[in-house]
Amino acid sequence: MYSEKVMDHFMNPRNVGEIENADGVGQVGNPRCGDIMKMYLKINNNIIEDVKFKTFGCGSAIATSSMATEMIIGKTIEEALDLTNKEVANALDGLPPIKMHCSVLAEQAVKSAIYDYAKKNNLYFEGLKDFNPDEEEDHHHDHDEEY
Amino acid sequence: MKIYLDYAATTPVKKEVLDEMMPYFTEKFGNPSSVHSFGRENKKAISESRSKIANTIGAKPEEIYFTGGGSEADNWAIKGIAYAQKNKGNHIITSKIEHHAVLHTCEYLEKEGFEVTYLDVDEYGLINIDDLKDAIKENTILITIMYANNEIGTIQPIEEIAEIAKENSIVFHTDAVQAYGNKKIDVSKTPIDLLSISSHKIYGPKGIGALYIRKGVKIHPLVHGGAQERKRRAGTENTHGIVGFGKAAEIAYENLEEHNAKLIKLRDKLINELTSKIPYTKLNGHPTKRLPGNVNISFEFIEGESLLLSLDMVGIAASSGSACTSGSLDPSHVLMAIGLSHEVAHGSLRLTIGDMTTEEEIDYVIEKLPPIVDRLRQMSPLYEKVKGE
Repeated sequence: MYSEKVMDHFMNPRNVGEIENADGVGQVGNPRCGDIMKMYLKINNNIIEDVKFKTFGCGSAIATSSMATEMIIGKTIEEALDLTNKEVANALDGLPPIKMHCSVLAEQAVKSAIYDYAKKNNLYFEGLKDFNPDEEEDHHHDHDEEY
Repeated sequence: MKIYLDYAATTPVKKEVLDEMMPYFTEKFGNPSSVHSFGRENKKAISESRSKIANTIGAKPEEIYFTGGGSEADNWAIKGIAYAQKNKGNHIITSKIEHHAVLHTCEYLEKEGFEVTYLDVDEYGLINIDDLKDAIKENTILITIMYANNEIGTIQPIEEIAEIAKENSIVFHTDAVQAYGNKKIDVSKTPIDLLSISSHKIYGPKGIGALYIRKGVKIHPLVHGGAQERKRRAGTENTHGIVGFGKAAEIAYENLEEHNAKLIKLRDKLINELTSKIPYTKLNGHPTKRLPGNVNISFEFIEGESLLLSLDMVGIAASSGSACTSGSLDPSHVLMAIGLSHEVAHGSLRLTIGDMTTEEEIDYVIEKLPPIVDRLRQMSPLYEKVKGE
């Protein structure tokens, strides 16, 4: 059901952990739906120098968090804000349709951490104008079971 | 190493069972309804299988009706009784932890004008007998309560429930798909009116089950057509399936005590070791009123699907009540009904032990699981707070 890349990022996730005195910290998702992503950013001169994450969630939630951190390290804030969920999913060689919401969460986790940084430093980013950190993400799942 | 610990999902067909079935695919292929010898030998095989199954539950052969599986048996029991008894009333009592084959059938009947009471369960998954008595009304026509739960393994006080139904002249159905082959069931002593069972949970083939219908109980058919199954369930019989089911049932009840003793020993070892070795764990279900092969444990701060994937990487096949594995938004309705929070329900793991399980396999799980749980917890933002305390 998962690509080799998803399994690789799930079994060997990159950038797991926390950053002490991070410049931006964002958390998205909720325990009700079974996934929470927390992202920590170290930002210097508008460049994302380091990223760490912690995720409670399924295999694809962990893999998308890991991939998203890899994709924004070394990038400018503007470039990081351009990251879309589809790019994260594509970089993982795709996700099953019912798991696409995990990539949405990864995109939101990045935005949420930058939002925190912008707020602390009174900065404005065009890429955050439509971002609402309190918005609940809409899930869609299909049914499949045993008997 | 490949270890299968998902026997509650399905079981492999035993060699002796397959051997009995094989001739019915090729040389003994006749239609049991045919008059010629090809048909007659099949009719005989079906009748022998029916007797074998009847013997395992203290029923008469003519009270056993073959179906396409457990879900069909549940659907038939509930819809068939609802429609046959609707002149008497329209109220049905069930529980919140039934299998979806029962719950969704009840929800369907609600749309058809029936009224359904869904009984709560306690933290172990047991219904409260007083709640049941209180729920009974003048217009109650059916009580359907599962014998044992498929997720947490809790065994209900079925004898007591059946007696209450009888005292109130209400038809009683039990979904015994998980209990059958694990529990001694005797409908000649316990006033169960209808009982659903399935072959693939007891080392028989898939696609075959049965509904026990006590003689004299009025029920409408679900599948209309030919005169098979005493005109109550149409369709050319799945002869090879029926033969396999009969053999599997016979084996299951010949070895019941030995089977249960072995499974309980392995089950309790797994429960004790995992809950003592890994902190922040909780056994779901009742410690003793529990299916012999069922282990269901919640590991706090982690999510079930990532646990299953990690176990699969080391060759262990299990299942979980997490939303991500059931394919729905919420975690298992059973785990919610026993009062778990969403987080804890998402982190549940079900390991179900069967006849082929060995002590080495259980030891392997006890060795492999703790570091997997720890790895996922180290990644979890929910675990940070606990570590800080």
